[in-house]
Amino acid sequence: MANIAPSVLRQASRLASRSSVSAAPRRGVPVLSRAAPAAARGPCKRCYVTQSKSDNAQVQTDTAIRLDRAELEKAGATLEVKNGSTTHVSPMADVLKQAVKLDEGQRPIYLDMQATTPVDPRVLDAMLPYYTGVFGNPHSRTHAYGWESERAVEQAREHIAKLIGADPKEIIFTSGATESNNMSIKGVARFFGRSGKKKHIITSQTEHKCVLDSCRNLQDEGYEVTYLPVNNNGLIDLDKLRAAIRPETALVSIMAVNNEIGVIQPLAEIGKICREHKVFFHTDAAQAVGKIPLDVNAMNVDLMSISSHKIYGPKGIGACYVRRRPRVRLEPLISGGGQERGLRSGTLAPALVVGFGEACRIAAEEMEYDHKRVKALSDRLLNGLLSMEHTNQNGDPNHFYPGCVNVSFAYVEGESLLMALKDIALSSGSACTSASLEPSYVLRALGNSDENAHSSIRFGIGRFTTEAEIDYVLKAVKERVGFLRELSPLWELVQEGVDLNTIEWTQH
Amino acid sequence: MSAVQAAAKPESAQKVLSLYRQLLRQGNQFSAYNFREYARRRTRDAFRENKNVEDPRRVQELVQKGLEQLQMLKRQTIISQFYQLDRLVVEGGISGKDQAGHGETVRQKDTG
Repeated sequence: MANIAPSVLRQASRLASRSSVSAAPRRGVPVLSRAAPAAARGPCKRCYVTQSKSDNAQVQTDTAIRLDRAELEKAGATLEVKNGSTTHVSPMADVLKQAVKLDEGQRPIYLDMQATTPVDPRVLDAMLPYYTGVFGNPHSRTHAYGWESERAVEQAREHIAKLIGADPKEIIFTSGATESNNMSIKGVARFFGRSGKKKHIITSQTEHKCVLDSCRNLQDEGYEVTYLPVNNNGLIDLDKLRAAIRPETALVSIMAVNNEIGVIQPLAEIGKICREHKVFFHTDAAQAVGKIPLDVNAMNVDLMSISSHKIYGPKGIGACYVRRRPRVRLEPLISGGGQERGLRSGTLAPALVVGFGEACRIAAEEMEYDHKRVKALSDRLLNGLLSMEHTNQNGDPNHFYPGCVNVSFAYVEGESLLMALKDIALSSGSACTSASLEPSYVLRALGNSDENAHSSIRFGIGRFTTEAEIDYVLKAVKERVGFLRELSPLWELVQEGVDLNTIEWTQH
Repeated sequence: MSAVQAAAKPESAQKVLSLYRQLLRQGNQFSAYNFREYARRRTRDAFRENKNVEDPRRVQELVQKGLEQLQMLKRQTIISQFYQLDRLVVEGGISGKDQAGHGETVRQKDTG
């Protein structure tokens, strides 16, 4: 999405300027007046990501539809009986009319581990004492209540630091990865941009929205931002990165594991390039920490964003790794009492911090076991899904985190498939964009067509996913994709062997 | 939820076996399907992984860890039973609580 909207704007303004020059003399005022608002709207409205208006989200989440063949036939039959000779409307409409909720109050299977994960019972167990008895302010230095909280916080900090190979003093607690990203990008840019020399930032088009939006904000403040394109497999091109670095570049921000397609960027190589050019390297590792081995020193990472709720910890806490040697200087977003080295003032929440620390400790301990398990389940799911015809995996099949499987089902509308799969909690992309029906900007950045991006679904596998769930999902997806395809006129054409690209569509 | 094993001395083997059984039984008390399955799987895998451990000190260490995990399981399974939700669709389902009428939301029970 990041690359479309500017081009749309550019086109609009080009159109406006062209029509005001060439068409204006011929046709006079009307054209001018029509073009003027488009041009006027351009600069004032920032929309590199299309805003999701509240009425764009038309998915009725509380009406699950059952797409049983029997149900459909029944629906069709009743309609014919009632209406006699009237023309038969889309069979889908009948099904929707008969929409019922799933009986028996059954909870759907959770397969959206990129959005969030359940809190591990071990984590909750570590947290509970800090909700029930130990309530001291960890910054209180004058009494035992403060000391015990502080000890717990420092221990948690150690666990987190150990997981990424850092020093505990380099961990800054924040409210989550979004805040960490904002803090790193804006902090570094503002600190080094003050002198007016370092006013350039490099990021990629497939970053999380909070990174893109921070960069967009900085652009408004007069910074220059390069949005690196990605290859078809979702990986960034190192040569392009090298070429994009300028003497005035302050920061490179590339995410470790993509939240939508799961590709793992070559962090070590990027870190090396950045170190060579003496540019700070920030990575958004919310989806990577605890899932793939990371070492900030080996990878030359200067700033790293970590989130707790993606690794079976509590929501509402995250951390930012800020390197001390060589020191990365930031301008803090939040000013106050000077906690957390003055970079993020505000009282810490000991319970959340402890939960986060415990989640990191468990993640470090179980990484190998979990990874093996997730890999096995992922292979099972991927093999099953790709054995269906006209499906393909998005992202690089060799460099991706197996817990994130993004598959496109051609000739099926992704949203209607999600509707049909009410018994499985899935998403077509990041949770931030799931309210709008627009196609994912990440998939668009890979060069996928709109149709392809629309028909993609992301499956997230985690520590607590079972084989039975995967089998259920495979069965359900196969059944319902087949069903939806049978409703689709395009699918009929494809079955007849018509190449859809050769068809000339007429508008009416 | 991870643990232990050894079979150096008979009495220690018995102790370990008893711990294994206790962990499995306790893990089965989770009302949430995913946690229940994970507890069982993790316990089994951890014992299998360490079944060839001979060093008595290491065995002692692992048993200690297993006992800690058992205490944690006891607390967490009770909490899990306080806040029961509906069963998942994979669980066979009919035994799922609380039936939804038309246009109603399904609520969890506030018993416990």
